[in-house]
Amino acid sequence: MDVLDIARWQFGITTVYHFLMVPLTIGLGLLVAVMHTAWVRTGRAEWLRMTRFWGRIYLINFVLGVATGLVQEFQFGLAWSAYSRFVGDVFGSVLALEALLAFFLESTFLGLWIFGWGRIGKKLHLAALWAAVLGSVVSAYFIIAANSWMQHPVGVVLDTSSGEARARQVDFLAVLTNNTALAAFSHAIVASLMVAGGLLVGVGLWHLRRRKLAGEPVTEVDHQVWRRSVRLGGYVSLAAFALVSLTGDWQGKLMYQQQPLKMSSAEALCETEAPASFSLFAFSKLGSNECDDVHSYTIPYVLSFLAHGDFSSAVPGVNQLQEEYAATYGTTYPDDPSFGDRAGQEIDYTPVLAVTYWGFRLMIGMGMLSAGVAAYALWATRRGRVPTSRIGVYGALLAVGAPFLGNAAGWIFTEMGRQPFVVYPNPDVPVADQVYFFTAQAVSPGITAGEVWTSLISLALVYGVLAVVEVGLIARFVRRGVTDGDTTPTPGIGGGRRKDGNDGPDGAGPDDTDSSDTTDDVLQFAY
Amino acid sequence: MDLTTVWFVAVAVLWTGFLLLEGFDFGVAALLPVLGRDRADRQLMLRTIGPVWDGNEVWLVTAVGAVFAAFPGWYATWLPAMYLPFVVVLLGLIVRAVAFEWRHSSHDERWDAAWTRVITIGSLVAAGGIGAALGATTLGLPIGPDGVRVGGAFAGWSWPALLGAVAVLAYSTLHGAIFLALKTDGGLRVRARAFAARWVGPAAVPLLAWAGLVQLRSGGPITGALWVVAAGAAVVTWTRLRVGREGQAFAAWATVLLASAATVFAAAFPVVLPSTIDPAFDVLAAQASVSDYTLTVMTWVAGFGLPVVLGYQAWTYWVFRRRLVAEPVHSPEEAHA
Repeated sequence: MDVLDIARWQFGITTVYHFLMVPLTIGLGLLVAVMHTAWVRTGRAEWLRMTRFWGRIYLINFVLGVATGLVQEFQFGLAWSAYSRFVGDVFGSVLALEALLAFFLESTFLGLWIFGWGRIGKKLHLAALWAAVLGSVVSAYFIIAANSWMQHPVGVVLDTSSGEARARQVDFLAVLTNNTALAAFSHAIVASLMVAGGLLVGVGLWHLRRRKLAGEPVTEVDHQVWRRSVRLGGYVSLAAFALVSLTGDWQGKLMYQQQPLKMSSAEALCETEAPASFSLFAFSKLGSNECDDVHSYTIPYVLSFLAHGDFSSAVPGVNQLQEEYAATYGTTYPDDPSFGDRAGQEIDYTPVLAVTYWGFRLMIGMGMLSAGVAAYALWATRRGRVPTSRIGVYGALLAVGAPFLGNAAGWIFTEMGRQPFVVYPNPDVPVADQVYFFTAQAVSPGITAGEVWTSLISLALVYGVLAVVEVGLIARFVRRGVTDGDTTPTPGIGGGRRKDGNDGPDGAGPDDTDSSDTTDDVLQFAY
Repeated sequence: MDLTTVWFVAVAVLWTGFLLLEGFDFGVAALLPVLGRDRADRQLMLRTIGPVWDGNEVWLVTAVGAVFAAFPGWYATWLPAMYLPFVVVLLGLIVRAVAFEWRHSSHDERWDAAWTRVITIGSLVAAGGIGAALGATTLGLPIGPDGVRVGGAFAGWSWPALLGAVAVLAYSTLHGAIFLALKTDGGLRVRARAFAARWVGPAAVPLLAWAGLVQLRSGGPITGALWVVAAGAAVVTWTRLRVGREGQAFAAWATVLLASAATVFAAAFPVVLPSTIDPAFDVLAAQASVSDYTLTVMTWVAGFGLPVVLGYQAWTYWVFRRRLVAEPVHSPEEAHA
C-alpha cells in the first residue's frame, strides 16, 4: 500500500470508530436531559435514578468520543495537508467555529454538571446539562456542514490567482445553510435518537425480565426505572425511525441531483431506466467492480419514486454516468507530481459497488430492525406487563447494536460513495468554475509510509484496547443497574449543603440516598 | 492592524491560553507520583482539576482549529512536518482523557492505580510532544521551497524540539505544583509549596532559554523588554513561594508564561514557520493566511463568541474556587471520590 491507501484506511478506521461514540453521546445526552428535566419538574425518584444510571453510561461514552474526536481535527493536517491547503479558506473556518461555539460549551458545562450536584442550584444544574447537550448538537451541525460542503461545495469560487488552484469562500451563510448539510444533519440527529432509544429498550427489557424471573425484592421505584426506560426508548425509537425515513428520503433525492453516481451505485443500477426499479438483493462476481457483473432482484417503479417522487422518471445508470464523468473530468489523472503514484493512471468514477450497495442496505435494514424491536417492546410492556420471552428480551439486547451498525454503514456509504473525489463537483456550477478535488491529490506530500503506518497501527491498537474497556465498563454498569438503596429523593439536593466550608464534590448530593451502596452513583460522577 | 495580524495575535493568545490552563492539569498529573503519598492524596490532586481539565483541553482544539481556519498554509506545513510528535500528543491526550473518567469506575485498587499511572504518562507525553512541536516551530523546521518538509520522518527532531519539550514539561510541572498549593489544604499544600519553591529556578530556565533564543534571532526592543519581564516574574514567583503567598506566586508564574509566550510569538512575527534550510523558504503569516472575506467572517463570530466563552469558563472556575481537603478513602465517603 502507498501513503494514500494507508492514509485512507487510517481515516476510515478513526472516523468510523469516533462515530460509534458520537450518536450515543448526542442521543443519550438528549434523553438524559429529558430525564433530568422530568425529575426537576416532578420530583419523582425514578427520574432521578434514571438520570443517574443513564447519565453514567453517557459519561463513560462521552469521554471516549471527545478523545477520539481530537484525532479527527489533527488528521486533516497530518495526512491530508494538500487537501487542507486547497480548502483551508472554507473548511478550516467551519471547524474552528465548531471548537469555539460548540465544543467549549459542551466540555465546560458537562464538567459543571458532573461536579455540580448539590453545589449549584437545581435549575442551574439542569441548565448546565442542557447547555452541554446543546453544545453536542451544535458541534454535530458544524461538522456535518463541513462534511456536506465536501459532498456539495457551495459558497465558494475557484481561485487560481496565486498560480495554484484554491477554493475561495465567498458566501459563508451559503456554506452553513447548504441543503445537503440540513438534510444530513437532521438525518444524523434522529439516527442518534434511534441509537439511544435502542439502548434504553434493550437494557430496560433485560432488567425487567431478570428481576421478574429472579423474584428479587424489587421496589416500585426500581421497577419504574426500567419500565419508563423501555417506554421512553420505544417511543423515541419509533418516532425517530419515522423521521429517519423522511430525512433519508430528502437526503436521497438531493443525492440523485448532486451525486448521481453515488446513488446509482447504491442501487447497482447499471443502465439508465425509466421507470427505474429498486434493487432488493444483488450479487456480483467476486472482486469485480464492473457494474454489469452485478445481478440484481428488483421491484419496478420504486427507484423512480425514491429519486424523483414520481413513478416514471428516468434514473441514470452507472455505465452512462461513468462515461459522462470521464468525458467531463478526464479518463486519466493529470500527469502532475501532486497526484503521486496515481499520476497518469486511469480514473474509475464508480465507487466500490459492494460497499455502496451493501452499505446502503445495511443502513436501512438496521434501522428497520431497531424500529421493529421498539414496537415489540412497547407491545410487550403494554398496560404494566413485563415480558418474559427469552428470545424477545435477548433479541432486544442484541438489537442494541443495530442502530450503531446502521449509523456506521450510513457514513461508510456516504464517504466511500463520494470517491474518487474528496470534494465532489457541484453540478449546479458550470464545469469550468467548479471547485473539486481528487482524493489522490489530497494526501500530504513529503510524509513517509512509515509515519502513516506508525500512526495507523498505534491508533488502531489504542482504539482496540479502549473499545474493550469501554464495552466492559458499560456492560458492568448495565448489569449492576440502579442501586437498591433508599428510594426517596434527597430533599437537600441542590440545596448547597457544605461540610465545614470545604467543598468536596460531595458537599451534598444524591449519594446520600445510596448509603447502602457505596460503589456507585452520582457521587461517582465526581472524580 | 490588518486582519492577518489580528488572527496571528488570536492564534498566539489561544496557544498561550492553552499552555496557561492545561499547563496546570498536565503538571498536577505529572506530580501524582511525586506529591501524592497515598491514594487519598492522589484522589485529592485529581479532584483539583476534575471539573476543568476537559474545558482546558478545548483551548488546544481551538488553537489548532484557528491555525487551520486562519492560516491553512501554516497548518498544512506544520502538522505533516512534525507528524510523529503530533501523533504522540494525540495518543497521550486520548489515554489521559479516558483515564480521568474511567479510573473511578471501579474501586479495585490496582485498577485505580493503573489508570492513575496512565494519566501521568499520558500527560507527560502530551506536554512533551506539544513542547517539541512548538519548539521546533519557533526555532526552525527543515522546510523546502514548496512548504514541504525535507529529509524524512525524523528531520524535525532537533535540539529546538528537545528544548521546547523540556521547557513545556518543566513549566507545566511547576505550574501544577503552585496550583496544588493554591487549591488544596493540609499536608499536600505544604509539600506542593515546598516543591515549587525548590524547583522554580530549574523550571524557569528552559522556558526563558527558548524565549531568549527566539528573541536573539529575530526580536526587537519591545520583545526584549517582555523577556526581562518574564525573567523578573520568575524571581518574584520564588520570593512569593518563600513567604507562602500561593495566589501571588500563581499570578507571577502565569506572568512568566505569558511574557515568555508573548516574546516568542511577537519576536517571530511575521514568520510563522522558520525554515532551517533557507530563510527564503520561511512561511510568513500573510502568505499562509486565508482570504480577507473569511477572516472578516471569523472576526465577527469570534468577536461575539470568545467573550461569552471566556465568561462562562471563568464562571466555572469561580463555582469550583474553594480549597479542597483530602478525605479518607476507605470509608463510606469513598463513593465521593
